Amino acid sequence: MEVFTLTTVELEALRLSLWVSIWAVLWSLPLGILAAWILARLRFPGKNLLDGLIHLPLVLPPVVIGYLLLVFFGRRGVVGGWLYEVLGISLAFNWKGAAVAAGVMAFPLMVRAVRLSIEGVDQGLEAAARTLGCGALRVFFTVTLPLSVPGIITGVILAFARSLGEFGATITFVSNIQGKTQTLPLALYTLTQVPGGETGAMRLCIISIMIAMVAVLASELLAKRFAVPMRS
Amino acid sequence: MLHVCVRRKQGDFLIDASFNSKGIGVTALFGSSGAGKTSIISMVAGLVRPDQGRIAVDGHELFDSQKRIDLPPEKRRVGYVFQDGRLFPHLSVRSNLCFGMRRINPSDRYVAFDQVVELLAVEQLLERRPAKLSGGEKQRVAIGRALLTSPAILLMDEPLASLDHARKAEVLPFIASLSSEFSIPILYVSHSFDEILNLADRIVFVDSGRVAAAGSVEELIRRRDLQLSTGLSKF
Repeated sequence: MEVFTLTTVELEALRLSLWVSIWAVLWSLPLGILAAWILARLRFPGKNLLDGLIHLPLVLPPVVIGYLLLVFFGRRGVVGGWLYEVLGISLAFNWKGAAVAAGVMAFPLMVRAVRLSIEGVDQGLEAAARTLGCGALRVFFTVTLPLSVPGIITGVILAFARSLGEFGATITFVSNIQGKTQTLPLALYTLTQVPGGETGAMRLCIISIMIAMVAVLASELLAKRFAVPMRS
Repeated sequence: MLHVCVRRKQGDFLIDASFNSKGIGVTALFGSSGAGKTSIISMVAGLVRPDQGRIAVDGHELFDSQKRIDLPPEKRRVGYVFQDGRLFPHLSVRSNLCFGMRRINPSDRYVAFDQVVELLAVEQLLERRPAKLSGGEKQRVAIGRALLTSPAILLMDEPLASLDHARKAEVLPFIASLSSEFSIPILYVSHSFDEILNLADRIVFVDSGRVAAAGSVEELIRRRDLQLSTGLSKF
């Protein structure tokens, strides 16, 4: 059974991965919903540009995103420098940076899923809520958002799974430091680079598959659970 | 007292309508499909903005292009019953009914929950989801939901149009009793003269975005010049 026991390094990588992914989803969820709502409901010049910008992580090599993050969010970067001096937050070479990298990479998937859902919400219902005394913001929280829940669940699970798998942007932005930024994929990669690491690599590989399966099944179940009562 | 005087260009179509109606009772906006009835009622609700004009209910101005008044829909205190019901699918019938009521200050409420539930006979439906309701039941709940906001005026946009004959007969008596029961003015859009004969106290006849005639039901039936264009001669 020794074969199935995780080493400390592997366990650390698993824990860090889950932690980083949860935070990646937490910060990108409100922003993702906002971006999705803007793309679904507003019309303004430069909308295509915003749409393209949001989708960049989907089409650019992850290393490019990681490098851009390093340039802007590194401690000497435009945004990173400000974060460090004003708020005392540093993203360089720690799990927070890994969560930012994972969130950025997962952002387009999140926005796409939520946007589709919001576009599916009948604007007539929103108009009805207005005549029933709700201002625009309240309409969003009482009608648009609850009716978008199936898409939001899909978005969250997709983003979570994408974050767990994040490699290129993470290793470029925050490097591969065991116990600090070495997430599951990075640990797996490291194990494949050392002699005798095959068993460990296989263990992490199996764990990755299991987490991904659970995530997908959970999203299917939840989406069904919420879709049924809302069918009109 | 409802005062409407609106002008709006929608593509090639010009809406230029003005009419008044006094007191409680049902004022019917009558005309063929595409005459601009729904646009007019949407302007009263604040969902469509007139290019210019003035809309007032009981001397309370909802829109005035000269004074630059344009209240958002949620501040207008109009109850709107849509043709397609538009119940919130994620909420129970009870939550749908209370949706607008909750936003109204208790001291401003003059329509009571129990009274509406009884009048519209929706007691048995309260815990159901809208998806489980028949067309007639949906419209009754939609009427109740609009009423419970204790509105200054009730706007009804062909609330019976999507129902078959039997369901129409089921909902019509409820609507007929509303205005007197709650002493509330009703602006009722329809292209069916049957409905209007049953319900209306006054008719505003809308044709191609303009008010072609307005008056009591008896007056309009007698006017020969309208008989051809409206089919009123049948009556």
